[in-house]
Amino acid sequence: MKEKIAYGLGVIAMVLFARNIYLIAGLPQEVNQGAIFKIIFFHAPMAITAMYCSCVALIGSVMFLITKNFKYDALAVAVTEVGLGFLLANLITGSIWARVIWGVWWAWDVRLTSALVCWLLYAGYLMLRRAIEEPTQRATFAAVFSIFAFLDVPLVYFSIRLFRTQHPGPVFFSSEGSFPPDWSAIFALNMLALTLLAAVMTIVRLGQENAQREIDSLRRTAHAI
Amino acid sequence: MGFFRQVLVVTSKDLRAELRTKEAINASLAFALVILVLFSFAFDPLEETTRAISGGLLWIVFAFAGALVFNRSFTRELPNDCLDALVAAPVSAPALFLGKSLANYVLVLAMELIALVVFGVFYNVHWTQFFWQLMLVVALGNWGMTVIGTVFSALTVNLRLREVMLPLLIYPMLLPALAAAMQLTGYLVTGTPISSQNIAWLQMLAGFDVIFTAVSLVLIEHVLVG
Amino acid sequence: MSAVAVDGVWKFYGDYPALRDIRLEAPEGSCLALIGRNGAGKTTLLRTVAGFMRPGRGSIRILGKSPRETETRRSMGFIGHGIAVYDELSAIENLTLYGRLYGLPDPKKSAVEWLERTGLERVRNGLVREFSRGMRQRLAVARAFLHEPRVLLLDEPFTALDDRAIAVLQRLLREALAANKTIVLSTHQLREALELASHVALLARGQVAFHGPCTPEMVSDPGYVYARYGEG
Repeated sequence: MKEKIAYGLGVIAMVLFARNIYLIAGLPQEVNQGAIFKIIFFHAPMAITAMYCSCVALIGSVMFLITKNFKYDALAVAVTEVGLGFLLANLITGSIWARVIWGVWWAWDVRLTSALVCWLLYAGYLMLRRAIEEPTQRATFAAVFSIFAFLDVPLVYFSIRLFRTQHPGPVFFSSEGSFPPDWSAIFALNMLALTLLAAVMTIVRLGQENAQREIDSLRRTAHAI
Repeated sequence: MGFFRQVLVVTSKDLRAELRTKEAINASLAFALVILVLFSFAFDPLEETTRAISGGLLWIVFAFAGALVFNRSFTRELPNDCLDALVAAPVSAPALFLGKSLANYVLVLAMELIALVVFGVFYNVHWTQFFWQLMLVVALGNWGMTVIGTVFSALTVNLRLREVMLPLLIYPMLLPALAAAMQLTGYLVTGTPISSQNIAWLQMLAGFDVIFTAVSLVLIEHVLVG
Repeated sequence: MSAVAVDGVWKFYGDYPALRDIRLEAPEGSCLALIGRNGAGKTTLLRTVAGFMRPGRGSIRILGKSPRETETRRSMGFIGHGIAVYDELSAIENLTLYGRLYGLPDPKKSAVEWLERTGLERVRNGLVREFSRGMRQRLAVARAFLHEPRVLLLDEPFTALDDRAIAVLQRLLREALAANKTIVLSTHQLREALELASHVALLARGQVAFHGPCTPEMVSDPGYVYARYGEG
C-alpha cells in the first residue's frame, strides 16, 4: 500500500516536472539576469522544501522523546537525509547562479551562507547517528540534537543577515517581489512537484529504515540463542 | 537539599578534580598560545588590518581551546563509571548539567583571560579601552559556548571519536553566538563602544544564551537517562 | 509494600527485547539473588531498576515510588561494574563529596565512619589512583553504603574482589539485612550470594525462568537452579 502511494506521488511529481520544464523554457527571459534567472524555479523551492523537512524532523524528534516509538525516529532520519539532499541541490544551483551573474562560484550572500551552515548542522546529525551503535541511545541523542539544530536555524539566519547589513555584499534574486502572476503559478506548481518528490524519497527511505531495524533485532535475537 | 546547593557541590567537585591534575586547563592554555603564535604568520601582527580582524581571531582561539575543556567535562566521569554514581545520586539532571557548566565556564574563562593578555601583548591591541563592555561580551559569549559545549560533551561521551566529533558538532551550532561575540569584540578592541549601531549583536548573544540554556535544562534528562 | 517491585517490565534495544515481561518482587528485609548466564539480562535489569534506563513497558517501584524521583534515589545504593570513585581525589574527599551529594547532615563524619568500617581509615588521605585493587573495591563499598540506603542494588559485587574485600562486603550485607534493609544482587559467584540470599530469581534470555525462596539445596549445590529451571 505504501509503495503504491509512493509510486503514485512519484508519477504525479514527474508529470508536473515535465510540464513545468516545458513551460519554463517557453517563458521570456528576465531583463537583468537573462536565462539563468529561471533557476529560481528550482533553487528557491528546494530551500523551502528543506525547511519543511527540518520541521517534520523536529516533530519526529519530539514525538520520539515523548513516545519512545522508533517509527518517529525513522521519520526523523529519513526526512533529514532528504532535506540535506535538497539543501545541497540548493547550494549547487545557487553557486551556478552566482558564477553566471557575478563570475564567482561563491559570494557569501545571506541565503546561501545560511543554507551552508544549516547543511553543516544537519550533516552533524547524520554523523552523530553513525557514531552511536546502540539503537535507543542513537535515537534519543539524535532527537535531542535535532531539536537543538531546529532552534539554531533561525538564529543562524538572523546573525548572518545582521552581519551582511553591517558588511554589505552581493545580494541575489533581489527582484523576488516582482514575479508576474503566471510565473507565480508555475513557481507554486514546481514547489508542489518538489514537495511530492521529497515525500516520495522520504517514504522510500522510511521503508528502508524500518527494514533495517527489523534486521538488527533479528540479528540480536539470533546472537542471543 | 536545594537545587543550587546541589549545583555548587557538582561544580566544586569538577573544579577540585581539575585543579588537582590540571590536564584540561593546561592543554587548553597551551593550545590557545600555539594558535596565537601561528596566527602571527597568517596575518602580520603589525598591520592595521590585523587589528581590525582581531575580534574574530580571538574568538577562534577561545572556541578551539575551549573545546578541549568541554570534551573533558563528561569524559572525566568515564573512568571507574563515575557517571553512574552521579546519575544514581539524588541530584536532578538539570542540577548536574548546571554544575558541570559552571565548572567549565570558570575554567574556560580563566583560559580566555590569560589568552586575552597574551593577545594584547603579541598583537599590540589595547583591549582595556572598554574593559567592562568587553568583559560583558566575554561573559555572555563564554556562557553560550559553555552551554552548548557541555550538552554536547554529554552527547558524545560514549563515542570513540569524541575529540573529533565534539568540535564538528558544536561549531555550526555556535555560529550565531560566535559571530556576535566576534563582531562585538572587534568593535570594542578597535575603539568603538557598544551603541545603538551594534547593540543588535548583544541582543543576539543574550537571546542565544537564554534559548539554549532553557532547552538544555529541559532536554538534559533525556541525555543522561536512557 | 515490597521494597522493590518490578511489574511487567520490557526493555528494548531498537526492536529487540532485552527484557521481556519481568515480574519480580523483593519484600523489605529480603535479599534477592539474581542469577543467570551472561547475556541473560541481569545487568540490564539491575540498571533499569536503579533508574539508569527507562523501561519500554511496565513499571518499577522502589519503596513505592519511581527510581527516577530524587527522594527514592536518596534511599538507594548502587554498585555497578566500576568502583565509581574519582582517581584524582583522596578516599576521604571522595566519600565527603558523595556525602554532600546525598545531603547527609555531617558528610565528613559519615565519611570517616565508613572508612573505619571498611578498614581504610589509615589511607584516608591517599589518592585513589595509588590504591591497590582491594582497597579500591572496599572504597566502592563504602561509597554505596555511606548514606545508609534502605535498598541496595549490586551488580556482580563479588566479581574480582580479593578475600579481604569479600569478607568486608559480606559482613556489611549481613548487617544491612539485620537492619531490615533490602538487597538485590546479581551474581556469578553463586556460593557467596546464595549464603546471603533469602530469595532467588533465575533470568534466562531476558525472562524470569524461576523466582522463589532460596532453599538449602540451592546453597549446597549452586548448579541446582540452573539444572532444574534453566538451560543447565
